[in-house]
Amino acid sequence: MSDPTLPETMAEIFARHRGQEGPMLPILHAAMEAFGHIPEGAVPLIAEELNLGRAEVHGVISFYHDFRKEPAGHHLLKICRAEACQAVGANALTERVLAKLGIGWGETTPDGRITVEPVYCLGLCACGPAAMVGDRVIGRADETKIEEALA
Amino acid sequence: MKIYVPRDSAAKALGADAVAAAIAAEAEARGLDVTVIRNGTRGMIWLEPLVEIDEGGARHAFGPVTPADVPALLDGTLEGLGKVEDIPFFARQTRLTFARCGLIDPLDLDAYEAHGGLAGLRRAIALTGQQIVDKVKDSGLRGRGGAGFPTGIKWQTVHDAEADQKYIVCNADEGDSGTFADRMIMEGDPFTLIEGMAIAGLAVGATKGYVYLRSEYPDAIEVMQEAVRIGRARGFLGADVLGSGRTYDMEIRVGAGAYVCGEETSLLNSLEGKRGIVRAKPPLPALEGFLGKPTVVNNVISLATVPVIFEKGAQHYADFGLGRSKGTMPIQIAGNVKYGGLFETAFGMPLGELVNDVAGGTATGRPVKAVQVGGPLGAYMPPSKFDTPFAYEEFDGQGGLIGHAGVVIFDDSADMLQMARFAMEFCAVESCGKCTPCRIGAVRGVETIDRIAEGDGGAKELLVDLCETMTDGSLCALGGLTPYPVLSALENYPDDFATRKEAAE
Repeated sequence: MSDPTLPETMAEIFARHRGQEGPMLPILHAAMEAFGHIPEGAVPLIAEELNLGRAEVHGVISFYHDFRKEPAGHHLLKICRAEACQAVGANALTERVLAKLGIGWGETTPDGRITVEPVYCLGLCACGPAAMVGDRVIGRADETKIEEALA
Repeated sequence: MKIYVPRDSAAKALGADAVAAAIAAEAEARGLDVTVIRNGTRGMIWLEPLVEIDEGGARHAFGPVTPADVPALLDGTLEGLGKVEDIPFFARQTRLTFARCGLIDPLDLDAYEAHGGLAGLRRAIALTGQQIVDKVKDSGLRGRGGAGFPTGIKWQTVHDAEADQKYIVCNADEGDSGTFADRMIMEGDPFTLIEGMAIAGLAVGATKGYVYLRSEYPDAIEVMQEAVRIGRARGFLGADVLGSGRTYDMEIRVGAGAYVCGEETSLLNSLEGKRGIVRAKPPLPALEGFLGKPTVVNNVISLATVPVIFEKGAQHYADFGLGRSKGTMPIQIAGNVKYGGLFETAFGMPLGELVNDVAGGTATGRPVKAVQVGGPLGAYMPPSKFDTPFAYEEFDGQGGLIGHAGVVIFDDSADMLQMARFAMEFCAVESCGKCTPCRIGAVRGVETIDRIAEGDGGAKELLVDLCETMTDGSLCALGGLTPYPVLSALENYPDDFATRKEAAE
């Protein structure tokens, strides 16, 4: 299931980032943007572009929570687990949301629609519990607001 | 008529975009001449979306406003809050770093200048690098990221280093729970951060800067990128900063969801494109930082405070505060709180006054059980320690730290054993893996706390011992400070750690 446009897209990304100091993360973010994940086939291309070993590129990808090797569901729902949100019932909210979707942290619903991941602070600590769907932030989150954002 | 609706992500999270859209639509339907300005937040999050109307003269505040309130808002029949400056939470503050935040459109460089912006950079341009460094030293500014290291001394080291290239790196990886000051200033007054970084560049002889901004802040990323673009277009950044003939340019770089990258050496590795693994010090980043070159690594608030020090004078800044904690601190009040938000004040206010008076206690109305100050690596302070003044040394003396000045309030339903367990669990999830006490200690910590929860009282001694090893043996603050929340919970809330057997006796 390798994407036939992969080499071309990656070449375009490389061209955009040539000349930058420390281009690895910008390149990986651009690949995430283009493919929704970092395709396995991109790893040797990145390694060659940056004159690194494939293992090194893999090491970077696997270190960061943001870089995924498989695509997420259609919607990526992040719920804050950090202390300030816990102080206003984030744990109970998470339990209800996960139970309703029938999945656990990091899992995707069987229809591929929703992936739920923990996030440690969205900077919305005075209006928690906080959640995020894509780039859309939700304050004083409850099931209704989350469902609306997922609609 | 001008109507201000914040674009801050906390306001957006509470529906500000819908309110702005409703105002625009209603004004058009009525044929009113309304300009909607998307400002930063004034920091009173319980009132967001906080809308201000300016009909030429004073700005009148309303909030929280919903789209359904908009017709009444435009009729003039909606009950208001008066002037923002008269709301007690705001009136009690000393706003230096956040003076412009919420007042202006964050991307309006002319408004920025009209409210005192760029005055500091213009003064700095007339000075030598050493004179700039001396002024920062005189102001007493200390690192606002948490460590509290004197900013001027860090700059001096970089200033004195010989190198063909030096860098300014802004640590905007604000991962601590309960903190959002960096996000607020980047979304609400981004030019002040850029100006502070430019002054730092002139001071130490660095021509290039980076903001390492966490990916969890998409709104801040957008505003900062746009602000840099505007800064370049207007000659505030680039080869000839404000016509001085000096060069300073910068880029926004986005993190990738690793908490440990808020640690400066890990951040530098990440910026270079490596795994965000902590580096051993020495060498100091000031001598061998980004790409091995001398680098100033400062927190957002430290750098964003530099312009006001040059605008109003180092002594003016240093006159605020308590002891060696000089100036003001933007305190972020969060968690289970009645009046949550950003409260900038001179150092020295007792913690209890902040929690009970300024913040009005808990949102649930239940008694305050604990206050975690300084993020996930900060101690849980019980009400018995509420007379501690909010300042670096004073908190240190009480077994705590002020860190990035996040204050998270918990009511009496909080289970402190679970909070201690969470601290260890978080450390295990976010450990970079380089040093053993952090990587393995955190995992063992979770297991040990589970043993206590299951009734093994003897495991408490083991937990204390483990915490000592983590404190003494970890390379960076993640492993080294995780014992703060754990031990403070254990010491201050023994009942929550009492085993069933003990409780029965």
